[in-house]
Amino acid sequence: MRSLSEIETTTKRATKAIGFDWGISEEVGKSVRLLEMFGFSGIRNINQYYKDRADKKFENLNLISNNNKSISAPFCPIVLGVSFLDQVKTIDSIGKIKFDKIAFPLIFLSFLSRSSEVIGKKILIRFDKKEFLLNLNVNIYSNLFNQEFPFIANNVEVEFINNQDNFKESEWQNLYRLSENTFVEESESSKQGAAGAGLTDND
Amino acid sequence: MKIELRDPNIIMKLSRLGSFHQSKLSFLRSFLNEFKDWEYKRDLFNLDQNGYGETVYSFKKKHRVYSLVCFANNIKDEERSDRVIATKWDAAFTLYDGVPSKDDIERLKNEVPKQEIGRLSFKELTLSRANKSVRVFNHVVEALSNGEQPDLDLLSKVGYLYRTTAVYGSGKFGLADRFRIKNREEINGPFRLEMMLVYLVRQFTFDQVNHVAHYKNPKKAVKLDEKICKNLGIGNSTGLGMAPFIVNHPTLLNNWILSRETALKNIREIKNVEDKDSKLFIECIKKSLTNITSWNTDSEYQQNKIKSLLNDVKKFIKYIENKFDFKNEYAFNKIYLWLERETCEECIEYTVSIMMEPYNHITEPLVRNMSSDEEKYFNIPTSRTVGELRNIIEDKYPSILDINFEKKENNQNFWFISKNKEEPRLADRFEEHGSELEQPLAIARDIKKLHEKLLSSKNNLTITEFLSHNSKLRHVIRRAFIVEKFPYSEIQDNTIGKNIMPIDMLRLKLSFFGALKFDPRSDKWLRICMFQGAPLPSELKNFDEQWVYKVNVQ
Repeated sequence: MRSLSEIETTTKRATKAIGFDWGISEEVGKSVRLLEMFGFSGIRNINQYYKDRADKKFENLNLISNNNKSISAPFCPIVLGVSFLDQVKTIDSIGKIKFDKIAFPLIFLSFLSRSSEVIGKKILIRFDKKEFLLNLNVNIYSNLFNQEFPFIANNVEVEFINNQDNFKESEWQNLYRLSENTFVEESESSKQGAAGAGLTDND
Repeated sequence: MKIELRDPNIIMKLSRLGSFHQSKLSFLRSFLNEFKDWEYKRDLFNLDQNGYGETVYSFKKKHRVYSLVCFANNIKDEERSDRVIATKWDAAFTLYDGVPSKDDIERLKNEVPKQEIGRLSFKELTLSRANKSVRVFNHVVEALSNGEQPDLDLLSKVGYLYRTTAVYGSGKFGLADRFRIKNREEINGPFRLEMMLVYLVRQFTFDQVNHVAHYKNPKKAVKLDEKICKNLGIGNSTGLGMAPFIVNHPTLLNNWILSRETALKNIREIKNVEDKDSKLFIECIKKSLTNITSWNTDSEYQQNKIKSLLNDVKKFIKYIENKFDFKNEYAFNKIYLWLERETCEECIEYTVSIMMEPYNHITEPLVRNMSSDEEKYFNIPTSRTVGELRNIIEDKYPSILDINFEKKENNQNFWFISKNKEEPRLADRFEEHGSELEQPLAIARDIKKLHEKLLSSKNNLTITEFLSHNSKLRHVIRRAFIVEKFPYSEIQDNTIGKNIMPIDMLRLKLSFFGALKFDPRSDKWLRICMFQGAPLPSELKNFDEQWVYKVNVQ
């Protein structure tokens, strides 16, 4: 088994060898390491992408807007991914961002995952009936587990999810009432002599 | 009195970094402190009469076990090479996480002796190999088998029975990634498992030499005296492989140096030095003279440094004995200022290391700060502005901005990765091919380029906007934002100039390892000794903390 350290170093060097700058290569090394750690086929995808670059064209998107259309070829997932990572704090306010065609979307996914951590928000990406929830770079939830990852994604929609609970207020109240069964009614003297922040301290 | 931390623009110059010495903060010393109450055991000793076969040594505490698995091999004299380019070694080692099964040992037997072309698993933590110092090893076998102890003169000249040529960890060749084990308290310090491997290898060398001597002459042979063992360490040959490490791990480098600088600052701020502390300091300085006088090297460069060091340490001893009173307030600050005025860089840093000896309460908390969560600082803060980045560069890299890279001598060399060995190398860009594949280690040159670009950009431009047109400079933009938070993260020198001494970079790292007796074999590789004078495993529970300064070479 290859270690993540080997994966990162080799990917970084291969990315430089294919023609990217060192700084970009460092980003790709981190991203492929992340994909492999999460159980996605990062090495396979990056390999295929670098092979395809020899005879296919890919478009570079450096400035991301709300609706991004490629002119003649799918977007390069590396340039797009790095741009997304660099611009995430400004494009976050857009809410939903569309891309008509992205090559090797798995590679792009790794940059979205890192972007999710940078802004402290979950990011949802949908394309061709596939969905991925990028959860603050802690994990990636998808409905594509154990299936072949597509090499082209059409009509991609990226959505920033505002921080909110995943549950109803009634569900919370129900659980909270149960937790109250661990509390003890305070006597007058303990109230008087009490110190500390009390229940709001959540300890 | 408030003392400022020393200026990174002085301390992070290569000549200063190349004058660093081991100290209480060094990893091999903090390793011994951490593992002193662990249970040491020799679990397997399966060597034939020539000393070839397998052995296993372990450290255990509660449910945690680390096992060193050793494979000793028969190699021909002509196959024995100190350089990393060798393919066979007298012995090969791996540190196994837990207790290896028979199947594990069989698997490792096929992989560990192959080193770089073998494959390890996440159960193995570190990997190394070593060659005998044949002259010394054979002499010791000969003497012991005749019922005598070896010639101490010869032993003191070399200082070890075996030399390692590389110690790998952190995911190399399939070894466990650091993240798998980083939360273990006992290894909360850099290179702790690498130090454990080297320490246990040292014990293996004593056991093997005793074993071979015994079988050579079972009736007459004696064991190597434990006092002699204690004064032997493990040698190491180190080349350029280490140099890029300190460039590629800026926050880690910062944390090492910052710990050292903080220790010095805290010691200089002590108002009244207690008698017992000044006595210990003076005792260590005096006893350490033996370390200097027994420091052998053929390198003229190092000989000159040793000569200056010896002269200056003697001058310093004279000063503290005749003209200095530790009853003075802020005595160590006065000493430090005197050293800066009167002695060479080697002596300043040598004495700074020894100043730490009495102050466990200062150094011990700092040891815990010497690792780094590097991932946390990887992302570039792209919402910052060009103006801010320019200010950072002008503030943090003033002397680098003065270098003229148009001059050939300032741009003479380039760093590359050798195809044969996947190891870093340095070459003359005007005489050798391959500079188009240069590694991103010319930080000074690239920072200067970045600064020039920034000067012609608008101050209010965001880094995002700047990056979209200057992708080539991304790697140094990242570094500049790191150095803003971590002042000792960058070497403040030109790493590609004509006069670069790469061994200064090696020496810096090795001093933090705790190495002694740097012996440069060229400007690009050197030999060192580790654990010389250190307690044996059987003495770990109660040992003299200042063992480094009490090596008894005769």
